[in-house]
Amino acid sequence: MDQISPQQQNEQQEQGTSLWKDAWIKLSKNYLALFGLSILALLCVVSILTPWIAPYGYEEQNLILGATAPSLEHWLGTDIFGRDMLTRIMYGGRVSLTVGFIATAVALIIGVLWGATAGFIGGRVDAVMMRIVDIMYALPFMIFIVLLMVVFGRNILLLFLAIGAVEWLTMARIVRSQVMSLRKQEFVEAAQSLGLSQWTIIRRHIIPNTLGPVIVYTTLTIPSVMLLEAFLSFLGLGIQPPQSSWGLLINYGVETMEEYPWLLIFPGITLSLTLFALNFLGDGLRDALDPRTSKD
Amino acid sequence: MALLEVEGLTIYFHSRNGVVKAVDNVSFSVDAGETLAIVGESGSGKSVTCYSLLDLLPKPPAKIEAGIALFDGVDLLSCDAAQMQRFRSNDIAMIFQDPMTSLNPFISIGEQLIEPLIYNQDKSRRQSRSGARMRAIELLEEVGIAAAEQRFDCFPHEFSGGMRQRVMIAMALINEPRLLICDEPTTALDVTIQAQILALIKALQQKRDVAVIFISHDLGVVASIADKVIVMCEGTVREANDAEGIFYRTKDDYTKKLLAAIPEGAKVMPSRADPDKSDKPMIRVDNLKTYFRDYSKTPAGDIKAVDGVSLEIQRGEILGLVGESGSGKSTLGRSILQLAPITAGSILFDGTELNKLSPAKLVPWRRKMQMIFQDPYASLNPRMTVYQTLAEPLLYHGLANSKNIDQQVQQLMDDVGLARHNMRKYPHEFSGGQRQRIAIGRAIATKPELIIADEPVSALDVTIQAQILDLILNLVEKHNLTMMFISHDLSVVRYISDRVVVMNKGVIIETGNTEALWANPQQQYTRDLLAAIPLADPRSERLRSSGP
Repeated sequence: MDQISPQQQNEQQEQGTSLWKDAWIKLSKNYLALFGLSILALLCVVSILTPWIAPYGYEEQNLILGATAPSLEHWLGTDIFGRDMLTRIMYGGRVSLTVGFIATAVALIIGVLWGATAGFIGGRVDAVMMRIVDIMYALPFMIFIVLLMVVFGRNILLLFLAIGAVEWLTMARIVRSQVMSLRKQEFVEAAQSLGLSQWTIIRRHIIPNTLGPVIVYTTLTIPSVMLLEAFLSFLGLGIQPPQSSWGLLINYGVETMEEYPWLLIFPGITLSLTLFALNFLGDGLRDALDPRTSKD
Repeated sequence: MALLEVEGLTIYFHSRNGVVKAVDNVSFSVDAGETLAIVGESGSGKSVTCYSLLDLLPKPPAKIEAGIALFDGVDLLSCDAAQMQRFRSNDIAMIFQDPMTSLNPFISIGEQLIEPLIYNQDKSRRQSRSGARMRAIELLEEVGIAAAEQRFDCFPHEFSGGMRQRVMIAMALINEPRLLICDEPTTALDVTIQAQILALIKALQQKRDVAVIFISHDLGVVASIADKVIVMCEGTVREANDAEGIFYRTKDDYTKKLLAAIPEGAKVMPSRADPDKSDKPMIRVDNLKTYFRDYSKTPAGDIKAVDGVSLEIQRGEILGLVGESGSGKSTLGRSILQLAPITAGSILFDGTELNKLSPAKLVPWRRKMQMIFQDPYASLNPRMTVYQTLAEPLLYHGLANSKNIDQQVQQLMDDVGLARHNMRKYPHEFSGGQRQRIAIGRAIATKPELIIADEPVSALDVTIQAQILDLILNLVEKHNLTMMFISHDLSVVRYISDRVVVMNKGVIIETGNTEALWANPQQQYTRDLLAAIPLADPRSERLRSSGP
């Protein structure tokens, strides 16, 4: 750092005024993270454009064809109803990515705010808030979702919210424990003595410092949410065939994996690729958001 | 031949930003019964030198480029891992700086003590559990832990800092090492405890005839204990001599600088205007009590951190507040700033009772009083640049707008002596002294009238300490500040304050004008504190230790 010329120093001053801008500059130099980001972007773009670019319709059956191995007509083969796997994976991605991102976003927002508030205020407020979390933990998750479905009718958006409403509990606990140790730090006390309001302190001083574990946990939540959706769909609570999702495809693929392995392999590869991409991006983001990792 | 002879030791750190010469051609020797002190500021390579002897350096990035270290004729730098293991367990022991973190909090101290005996690498030297226990209790008594038998099964958190350091010393001595390396063993301790630990190390050394390498940044501490001193700076030895030579016939400029930086106590700014005594006091604290709930006891009791303190701070004065750790001095400071909820009493700022105000009403008063914290590493948000840290209070209190904020921040940086091009850097890119400058900048950003400085220089090297003290004095003068300066270091307090308050166990023991108090302390406690200050003068130190 010491041998930077004055010119470079000026340049450094020009760029980067906030944590986020600095993070972006650092992220753009992390090739693995960029790779993850581009894979995710590609998957998203394909999912959005699927109705226009998919080679077949998602419910187009060809019972005579049956399950065929990958061929020129059907690049990734067909399932037992003769439906094109590529098409089904593309349509499945729409559901899986949406549920992954929306449910995780719900979990993230509720979890971080809840945990940060409980941890920062502490005392009775903390006790009450965390007991609510405990009660939610204790509620059987399935009953909770079935209840929601019964009361509000089956609805994909509701499913997303329901999953998010369960996943935030762990996030809240992680954030709370982080905040409790941060709250005693001197820089938070300094902010207090500057007269900043509690909300400003939480927003500017506490939350940015909890980002590391939060990001890692988020990248772990997205895939687990995707699998949760598959589980619910399998029980008939989520989406129904002929619609598909990656989780569902894998579920059906497992049943027939001895006869038709491609029905498991291709959705499996797609999901794994997404997870890798998420992990690379997550690690990259964590490093980028921590100024203590070196800038080069 | 000496017990340990180090010749031409050279260690480089290879990092992405290039090569750092951490230790460059360092030679020294130490013999049984002798104490060698290695003195230097942080980053001078003194710890790296000693860590390399026990193969404790992370490699890479560290690489030993050259040199030999003969211990009893065997080269420590090139011997194999098994041999090193034997040296570590039987011949060379180390005491670390922070007694809070160098003991395992989950294992009782007795268990930790006997570990080296019952799990010794050398099977022939292993002892039975009961034998080891006897030996450990004996040793605990020797290092001055009363009722060692009962305390054997206690856990580290049940001991005070000084007691833990005693345990560490016992642990280091349990295998009767021939070389003891002490890495700043007293830096984290109070001045009275420091004096006790130094005396203990010295007594044990004479009794056992071990060689001691004593690492410190403070020449004053070293004066009482060292036979030989080497002064290091930026990886090289600047001066090596016996203690008398270093202190009385100083040759090197850097050593002179180190000696000069020790606050001798003489006030350098006699020209300071007398504080305004005619007015009412700026701060009046009346019978203040701050208790904390102690849940470790059953039934839960109260820790009386501040127990009935009354004091006044006049506008424009620097009030020193001294006491050992646990005396309640930090809590008093925090209570005045309304950062710790008080139990009883009142705090008046210009006649307004702060403790009765609602959080919203308190905001304008917060602007008028600020705090400087001890640990410049913990008191800055690691994810905010200097610019953001300094701009936040200015913008929040409407002292600057988006147009002139850049200029205002630059003004602040000039005030505290930080180069402007550092504006976009994050705290971790600065040294401790620079960070403390940032923290001071943040404290004066709101143009406060009162600043409470809680041990602002305790975590800093002695030369940096002097710079920061001068900066604080200048700012007090320039901005007409009133200050309460909290410290356990009496020389620092004497250097900076007009009036001194001595605290112990939550109550005020004595107050008085600084010079009057030094010349004629009324209370025994104050006298003990004053007597424990290390002097950078081996001859008078020797007189003192041989006295009653």
